[in-house]
Amino acid sequence: MIQNNRLALQEYERNFADIHPPFDNQEAVSAEANRCLFCYDAPCTKSCPTSINVPQFIKQIATGNIKGAAKTIFDSNIMGAGCSRVCPVEKLCEGSCVYNLLHEEPIQIARLQRHATETAIEQQWKLYERKAPNNKRVAIVGAGPAGLSCAHALALQGVEVTVFEKEAKGGGLMTYGVAAYKVSPEFCEAEVNWITSIGGIDVRYQQELGKDFSLEDLRRNYDAVFLGIGVGLTRNLGIEGENLEGVVDAIAFIYDLRTQPHQQVPVGNKVAVIGMGMTAIDAATQSKRLGAQEVTILYRRTENEKPCTDVELDIAKLDGCNIVWLAAPKEIIGENGEVKQLVCSKMKLGEVDASGRRSPVDSGETFVLDIDMLIKATGQMPYQHLVQMAAVNEKSGKIQTSAQGATNIAGVFAGGDCVNGGKEVVDAVQAGKVAAQGILEYLALA
Amino acid sequence: MANLANNYLGIQSPNPFWLASAPPTDKKYNVMRAFEAGWGGVVWKTLGSQVKNVSSRYSSVDYHGHRVMGFNNIELISDRPLHINLREIAETVREFPDRAMVVSLMADNNRQSWHELIKQVEDTGAHGIELNFGCPHGMIERGMGAVVGQDPEIAKMVVEWVMEVATIPVITKLTPNVHSVVPTAKAVVAAGTNGLSLINTIQSVTGIDLDTFVPNPNVGGQSVYGGYCGPAVKPIALKMLSTLGKNPATRPIPVSGIGGISTWRDAAEFMLLGAANVQICTAAMRYGFRIIDDLCSGLSNWMDEKGFKSTDEFVGLSLPKLTDWEQLDLNFHITAHINQDKCIHCGLCYITCEDTSHQAIHLDKGNPYNTYTIKQEECVGCNLCKLVCPVEDCITMEEHRKGDEYLNWVEHQRRGLPLNDY
Repeated sequence: MIQNNRLALQEYERNFADIHPPFDNQEAVSAEANRCLFCYDAPCTKSCPTSINVPQFIKQIATGNIKGAAKTIFDSNIMGAGCSRVCPVEKLCEGSCVYNLLHEEPIQIARLQRHATETAIEQQWKLYERKAPNNKRVAIVGAGPAGLSCAHALALQGVEVTVFEKEAKGGGLMTYGVAAYKVSPEFCEAEVNWITSIGGIDVRYQQELGKDFSLEDLRRNYDAVFLGIGVGLTRNLGIEGENLEGVVDAIAFIYDLRTQPHQQVPVGNKVAVIGMGMTAIDAATQSKRLGAQEVTILYRRTENEKPCTDVELDIAKLDGCNIVWLAAPKEIIGENGEVKQLVCSKMKLGEVDASGRRSPVDSGETFVLDIDMLIKATGQMPYQHLVQMAAVNEKSGKIQTSAQGATNIAGVFAGGDCVNGGKEVVDAVQAGKVAAQGILEYLALA
Repeated sequence: MANLANNYLGIQSPNPFWLASAPPTDKKYNVMRAFEAGWGGVVWKTLGSQVKNVSSRYSSVDYHGHRVMGFNNIELISDRPLHINLREIAETVREFPDRAMVVSLMADNNRQSWHELIKQVEDTGAHGIELNFGCPHGMIERGMGAVVGQDPEIAKMVVEWVMEVATIPVITKLTPNVHSVVPTAKAVVAAGTNGLSLINTIQSVTGIDLDTFVPNPNVGGQSVYGGYCGPAVKPIALKMLSTLGKNPATRPIPVSGIGGISTWRDAAEFMLLGAANVQICTAAMRYGFRIIDDLCSGLSNWMDEKGFKSTDEFVGLSLPKLTDWEQLDLNFHITAHINQDKCIHCGLCYITCEDTSHQAIHLDKGNPYNTYTIKQEECVGCNLCKLVCPVEDCITMEEHRKGDEYLNWVEHQRRGLPLNDY
């Protein structure tokens, strides 16, 4: 049965507490920072989509120059605080740390980054001075990582930026789409405030593209436009029973978790999650942490092809989620309009497909799971209708841009998930930063 | 198991590790704890005229998160009444007759004061005397301590006074606050000292508090020069020690080595450069007396591996390997080699060589890992890359002699050979 209030309040608090707590003493910070070898042309920096000068900021932490460290991070990644909590560092910076080659623990780059950026935000250090206004106005659609990164870079150069956001809060995926044990709503709000504190950024909430305004309006009223509208629709399974009560999409489920007190979010007793991406893991682990008794994650390929990292999979395993490889949903069976069972096809691996991975092939055998809730986390689809309405070049709903984020429409730029189809937060931050540079050049300000 | 028993100037101790004259040897309580822990001997903290100490007294130099790489103090000689010290020394000698008890002295600068003090100390049953000619703070203003050690004439005079009455071995402790320790050492040897010890502390300012701007240690908003010691001074001490072993006038005099000795390895190095035994203070102040266990077992195991049965078998063995620059072989040539299987691609060798040395490392860009190789023709064999490489045995220096024969600078000049190939 799907219900809320499954646990005592303290249990919710414990289950959703910070999963990677910060260093709690200066000694530990110093010891870790001093382990860094200060590599030249460092692999960690090369592996960061925003190219943060990691050895530099760690050296600054080691010498007690926390302000300098924070500046080094934010210069490359204005969302460096959030990224320090949500980045899959095991496949980015920490994954390429040279200590891995020595078979030693890599430097805890994310935790050190968190130490510096969190201190900067807590202490409200003023690290940036805006240039004098230059009478240029840019509209940004979406106050997510791409939009905010773009806004900050433009405001820094004296541009007046207006950000239109359909939700009531900024941060995008960071605020609404990641597991609650990674970032709190308070943190997300503080981060948005930190980014906008530079001045010259006016965020207008609950303003939705295609509803409250059109791209044409923006083009008329602003010198340039940046579209950072992300992705957001979960792909349908296209099977029998998908409309039964108890079938939810992971995005909506996590959105509820991030916008309501945990005890108010209903969850089933026996939950199945379809997919093995980060969102699937987030949905599964949080179902468990909300009090579901049994959570099963089903993936149609094997562990070798999984999109999530080992670290993420371990979180799910440690939370007690069952993992079933080579299983695809075939039919959802209901009773009185509610989910009762999930029929799955057993899969086997066939030829290599377009993704470069061996494709799952139906073996013809099936098995049945008793469930009362099914969470779909099978990837997100772009807002195709919005993109088509705006008449920008697109491919399957993904906006087509130049390397600098320019679309086919003069003065209209785009970046982040709406362009790449859905990648990490840090990729979106980089796209916003790059597009800002493109916009500055377009406006003859760079 | 090698025998660590040590005989220094006839003073016997079960091992060559003595505690240097300093706070750890200021009173019976500490010394008893040290002897119970297994230390071979002590040099009791300097006795002399009554003094008054200040608070605070110590400060340290930390480096890259490691505490106490260097240590500094502004303590004076013992501030306890002389009669209490003398009584406790006598008691301790009785309770631990097998351990070396040497007493450090700094009398007022006249013959009679020295004579009286020496007699009082000998009455305790102590085995030896160490003359403190090194204390670099507080006492120099009164014409004592380092002031004596810095003037060979005065040092000679004081040692002569001492030798007139001393019946137990006398060790003269030298100050490093001089351009060379040799002149004072020669003077006190001429005056008859039985042994030498070095180094005392080096005058220093360890650092400034960046909030208050007061140098460390802070005594009510002011500071003074303190005496520097600890791991950071070891190379200086080793150099000074070896100059005694190299000089014909001081070579025959047994030296007790002091200065940044923290481990059995340091002790072995001091003894290889001529120290007959060693004195330790900062390491004990950093970790307590329990370090004696590893000092003894480490040295003993090393001696076993090298086939040394007693400590005096290896004293001074490294001295002949220290020569003058002119005697070095100009035909000896090494170049670096990077083991690609071990390389972790940190690039530290590359950037140090490129920025600060001889541009002898080639970089091939990669993502995320670059490849680094040595340009053999550019490598001068300076060792820098090997020194900065964080991986053991990844960079090795390989010998590529420039010529078969031994050719030193003197011979090079005699033959009128060209200075370089440019």
